[in-house]
Amino acid sequence: MVDDSTRKTLSNIPLLQIRAGPREKDIWVQRLKEEYQALIKYVENNKQSGSDWFRLESNKEGTKWFGKCWYMHNLLKYEFDVEFDIPVTYPTTAPEIALPELDGKTAKMYRGGKICLTDHFKPLWARNVPKFGIAHAMALGLAPWLAVEIPDLIEKGVITYKDNC
Amino acid sequence: MSNAIDELQAIIAELKSELEEQKTCTRNARERIERMSAEVVDSNPYSRLMALQRMNIVKDYERIRDKAVAIVGVGGVGSVTADMLTRCGIGKLILFDYDKVELANMNRLFFTPDQAGLSKVEAAARTLSFINPDVRIETHNYNITTVDNFDKFLSTISESGMQQGQPVDLVLSCVDNFEARMAINAACNENNLNWFESGVSENAVSGHIQFIRPGDTACFACAPPLVVAENIDERTLKREGVCAASLPTTMGITAGLLVQNALKYLLNFGEVSDYLGYNALNDFFPKMTLKPNTQCDDRHCLQRQKEFQERPKPVLQQVEEVSDEPLHASNDWGIELVADDAPVAEQAPKATDTANVASGLRLAYEAPEKEAVDQAGHAAAGDGMPETSLEDLMAQMKSM
Repeated sequence: MVDDSTRKTLSNIPLLQIRAGPREKDIWVQRLKEEYQALIKYVENNKQSGSDWFRLESNKEGTKWFGKCWYMHNLLKYEFDVEFDIPVTYPTTAPEIALPELDGKTAKMYRGGKICLTDHFKPLWARNVPKFGIAHAMALGLAPWLAVEIPDLIEKGVITYKDNC
Repeated sequence: MSNAIDELQAIIAELKSELEEQKTCTRNARERIERMSAEVVDSNPYSRLMALQRMNIVKDYERIRDKAVAIVGVGGVGSVTADMLTRCGIGKLILFDYDKVELANMNRLFFTPDQAGLSKVEAAARTLSFINPDVRIETHNYNITTVDNFDKFLSTISESGMQQGQPVDLVLSCVDNFEARMAINAACNENNLNWFESGVSENAVSGHIQFIRPGDTACFACAPPLVVAENIDERTLKREGVCAASLPTTMGITAGLLVQNALKYLLNFGEVSDYLGYNALNDFFPKMTLKPNTQCDDRHCLQRQKEFQERPKPVLQQVEEVSDEPLHASNDWGIELVADDAPVAEQAPKATDTANVASGLRLAYEAPEKEAVDQAGHAAAGDGMPETSLEDLMAQMKSM
């Protein structure tokens, strides 16, 4: 289920309106603008609330996304590369967010480092097509995953603090 | 110096003999066969299949050699599916998968530990052509859901049939995720190709197959996925620390059901099931038909529905109900049948509502309400913002 703080975060991310996937060249540009606007707003919100936790950018077609996400644990910052493709069936299906450097380090991942989402994510996404976008996928998918998995992986010694990040 | 030469010569001799040994191994593989023979001799790989004709099950079994099938996903279900079709002497198989064989796959059938590290399509192609060199095998090692690859996938299934330029006769989905299923659905709706969806639950105790004929039966986007109700209490279901479990049994059974129905469809015998579920916990096989959703989000699905409506329908032979006996002694779900006289095939109207689903099945989640976009309460993206170009937005995001 979605907890109260996630619910609050979500309600402050603008909803999207245009139902268009990357194969529909003309309206996809409109959708992409909405995606960027929602992402910019979400990052601004995070900065304001002192919970800034990711940066993303895309190729010019908006089909490949990459960037960084980080997680604070015991005052140390753990940073990871994030990447995903926009599937042809987007926004009906959510993007599959991946943290490639953690591939093979946790069972809560599919091949290629794609994070294993909860049972609640997909139904929630499906009920909110086309209103949810990449920002929502980050807030509902990656953020809770990091919050559960990263402390666990640190405790197990699977990931260690790197000074340079 | 001469010592080193002697050593090298010895190594060469050893390698030569090993190579010779390997060659004899492969020589034991049989040659291609021009025509399927019905002759019952130990050396005829098709004698038991051709016997299906004599026993009046299948007319002209050899038509199977004119059929091309695309298999998307060559994992626990797809590899066994490919194996079965290869042994049945299918004309052509086109395999799609972007994954590699791993030792973690060894609890399933088909792949062997020495293949670890090879791409699944490559490893499968080698084994399959060894089993039956008559089958033409084409491999595609990429993820079909990305924008670039999807177009390749689309053109392959519509042009790489038995004759170049012809579509494949059937697409079999043996993938393990919603995204890939939706991509296959989109491609088959667009190309008007019949396909079977198949799946095994993440807890390995149920499976299903679904026959999708665009416009005629529900497409994969018409309703939330229909899954077998396992009647497991969510609270007792432990899923800590893992994504998915799997059993060779459930996967083999699902592959068997899939290929059986594919054969029935390709060779016109028996009745092809539109949806067949398998509950491994109580050996229950729920069955139903799903009608297309007239409000489907896929515009190609709507187009196919329109075409289907306009097409004259062949007069269906009435199939007699087999038995009046109760199907199940126990009724764990407390399900009551409303009307008993309707044949199973006509029971379900639009399966967008859980109430319309056959017993033992459920929708994976509640269908979203149609057109319930709340424009009012929420600020939509872009509202109150001056019209900015995409480039500006990208730059703004980058500079944050």
